[in-house]
Amino acid sequence: MTDVSETLAAPIGVSVPRPGIERFTAGRGRYIDDLLLPRMAHIAFLRSPYAHARIKSIDSAAAAALPGVIRIFTAGDLEGVVTPWEAVISNLPGIKSAPQFPMAKERATWQGEVVAAVVAQSRAQAEDAADAIAVDWEELPPLTDMVTALDPATPVLHPDLGDNLCFRMDIDAGDAPGRIAGADIVVEESFRIHRQTVVPLEPRGLIADFNPGDGILTVHHSSQVPHIMQAVFARHFGVEEHRIRVIVPDVGGSFGLKIHVFGDEMTTIAVSKILGRPIKFIADRLESFTGDVHCRDHIVKAKIGMMSDGRIVGLEVDDLTGIGPYSVYPRSSGVEAMLVAIFSGSTYDLKDYKATARVVFQNKAPMCQLRGVGMPIACSVTEGMVDLVARKGGLDPVEVRRKNLIPDDAYPYETAAGMPFEGLSFQSSLEELVRIMDYDALCKERDAKREQDIYLGIGVSIYCEGTSPSPLVYGVGGAPITAQDACTVKLEPSGAVSAAVGVTDQGQGAAAILTQIIASAVGVPMDSVSMTLGDTGRTPYGGGTWASRATGIAGEAALRAGRTLRENLLKIAGALLQLSPDDLDIREGEILQRSDGSVRMTLAELGRIVHFQGTGLPIEGDPGVVATGHFSLRDAMFMYTNGAIGSLVQLDPDTGFIKPLKLWAVDDCGRPINPMLVDEQLRGGLANAVGCSLFEELSYDDDGQLQNGTLVDYLLPMAGEMPDMEIAHMATPTKKSFLGAKGVGEAGIIGGPGAILNAVNDALSPFGVHVTEQPYTPERILAALGRV
Amino acid sequence: MTTPISISLTVNGERVEAQVSPRINLVDFIRHQIGLTGSHVGCEHGVCGACTIRVDGAIVRGCLMLAAQADGTDVTTIEGLSDSGDAADLQAAFVARNALQCGFCTPGMLLTATEYLESGGTADRDSIREFISGNYCRCTGYQAIVDAIEQVASQRGRPSK
Ligand code: FES
Ligand code: FES
Repeated sequence: MTDVSETLAAPIGVSVPRPGIERFTAGRGRYIDDLLLPRMAHIAFLRSPYAHARIKSIDSAAAAALPGVIRIFTAGDLEGVVTPWEAVISNLPGIKSAPQFPMAKERATWQGEVVAAVVAQSRAQAEDAADAIAVDWEELPPLTDMVTALDPATPVLHPDLGDNLCFRMDIDAGDAPGRIAGADIVVEESFRIHRQTVVPLEPRGLIADFNPGDGILTVHHSSQVPHIMQAVFARHFGVEEHRIRVIVPDVGGSFGLKIHVFGDEMTTIAVSKILGRPIKFIADRLESFTGDVHCRDHIVKAKIGMMSDGRIVGLEVDDLTGIGPYSVYPRSSGVEAMLVAIFSGSTYDLKDYKATARVVFQNKAPMCQLRGVGMPIACSVTEGMVDLVARKGGLDPVEVRRKNLIPDDAYPYETAAGMPFEGLSFQSSLEELVRIMDYDALCKERDAKREQDIYLGIGVSIYCEGTSPSPLVYGVGGAPITAQDACTVKLEPSGAVSAAVGVTDQGQGAAAILTQIIASAVGVPMDSVSMTLGDTGRTPYGGGTWASRATGIAGEAALRAGRTLRENLLKIAGALLQLSPDDLDIREGEILQRSDGSVRMTLAELGRIVHFQGTGLPIEGDPGVVATGHFSLRDAMFMYTNGAIGSLVQLDPDTGFIKPLKLWAVDDCGRPINPMLVDEQLRGGLANAVGCSLFEELSYDDDGQLQNGTLVDYLLPMAGEMPDMEIAHMATPTKKSFLGAKGVGEAGIIGGPGAILNAVNDALSPFGVHVTEQPYTPERILAALGRV
Repeated sequence: MTTPISISLTVNGERVEAQVSPRINLVDFIRHQIGLTGSHVGCEHGVCGACTIRVDGAIVRGCLMLAAQADGTDVTTIEGLSDSGDAADLQAAFVARNALQCGFCTPGMLLTATEYLESGGTADRDSIREFISGNYCRCTGYQAIVDAIEQVASQRGRPSK
């Protein structure tokens, strides 16, 4: 295909509303729990109440006699139906994990691990029976402190693995320790980022429907990754991949949750296979707190050196993260820490960089990649350190960034950790942020207010986001996770265009974006394009929607498919009209003669002739009304993007409350396809950032018991806690695709926490204290102020 | 305790006679027994607002009320509100402003916003934020939702004071 990037016409680049979302405002969405199938039964789970305990025996006789109960399953009942999994990928050298079964066998390793399953006529009956199952437990000492996980005295969770280390990664570029030792100003600090979970409003759920009549396993799955799940199910259920169909209904949010493999979901499928009937599992909110995966849980020690003129000369980062008892399948739980190591310091022109990341096992719920994947940690720690060293050196934090960011004219640029940056705009994004914040005026206002004992804090952060991953992230490591996508477009007899693509849409707007791209590429109105997403039986093979990849990868596939279809249609029209295709154009579903703009025929006429009157078609063989485009990034781990976030907060030193007053974001995601949707991704991500910075923390006690597993206790930002967010854009299109679009889905959660941290510490600065333990709760603020 | 109870109520203008288990809550009854799946369940412990339903003119949390308590009431769900046309401007504003992403919170949000507007709420952003603070949305960060409600309040002649 020739380079069309100069000719990308509307609706590419236009903030159009997403087609078809009226079904959500009318209450006519179709989510997993809205689906009913004939003979469908319901499943509920008994979960371990202990973080670590041996299962001596399970007595389910009384439970089995309760009304509505169809059958009760424990681990042994699934033997021969489903094989265990082990989440290691070979591109993370040395990563290890133990075989994991859908239900605990002999031993439970976290509070919330599935121990038994009840299938009943109704969900309520299944829950009643699950409560009536008697388990004879023998409590084992829980391993909960990640700091001591690697001590020789600490018992090893999986003795076959030899120790409690899942994965370790080291980067040593240049001579960071030496350069820091020679620096004028040195700061050493430790950051604690507590465990969080993503809490999509719709919990996980699926209906597994194995039909013994034809041997086909259909899974209706609230998922981001239908093809990946098809491959996983084939591996573990002994059903050939082409006899498995995964269909994704509307998904009520996901944020990286619904890409992982969960014991309760695998059990549901196994049970459907055994019983030969549809089984529905819908997680309830309470079990989700320990049944979903968690994220973060890091202790990061960092050291930075700066010369008195503001030049940063070296950065060292040492990350320790606890991931629960197993690496999570199929992506492994090593990638979060890997990205902390790779992305820390990556925004600065820094040759001397050293990083260590260690990932350890513990008896808490499994931890794995969720929205942002390690990058929020990398950004918070780096940006937190830059502010601390700037303050110590008496320099303005923005000035220090100006001095050290990778210059906009330095590309191509390879970071100290080896990331090849093709073209980014750290410097101009910062300047744009300074402009929209009116930074200098804001600083003056802050200083004036401090005279009146009003404590405002201003923080900025610079981020880099890895989007649209290549096979280098997972696929080369042996995980059945494709990085490519294909899009098939067809001209229908009516002149409408139908398209199918392997990504999904959890509300980000992938369907709308792809519709815009296809409408632009073919030359039809958006409302004559219909999209099919998220169904392995109906779409080309694809990777799904995660890691901000739907626009960058599937969007390019759609552009290529649409352009090919357009070229083919022009050839047919040229033959019918006895004109050169070059003399014709397609706009708004009509074929025009370029010379005078006259309409020569409509696509409806063309579609009718091709489909119904083929004998008269002056074209041999395949007329080409079906076209497929493919795309995958190949030569770097990610399509990198960048941006800058600003935060304004107010501190109440008497109560310790931090009130976010305003957030600003400047993002460069390349060519924006729908600027409104880009903005809304940023805003949603920034709300996550406010949540994790100020409220969200899963707290465990020393016995590995989760202390706040309800929505009453696990605080999330509601409308009253959120400030308005002002968004601006830079646009540095990638040259790896014709579309030039990169991702934006995680930018807010990556860059936001660092900006909020810096704003909080700016507000605390008159008191000569700072915080580094996230979330920055009133209790921690008051402790820092010495008031509790 | 498990003997079904007979209830009779009006749902979206239609008369409904049903036998309900004493323990079934209103939102489960509406979703699974009547088949109106527009009301959602996000927590079942009264925090998220996804289950917001209007009962006798006032919004309630459908997960905190038993179906048996709805005997004799007049219930409106998102489907009924939508069909009535009373929230058409609000729905249109939500679509135009992309005030929904996954859409799971949207029915509850619309019921709550409708009550805000019908009880005299103005275009004042802080008041809007306060009123919808019982409805959790993980996707949007709320700003677009506030924008949409603010716009409709202005259109309905109640600008911010
Ligand atoms: S489901 Fe009722 S408030 Fe959450
Ligand atoms: S749009 Fe997804 S929860 Fe609000």
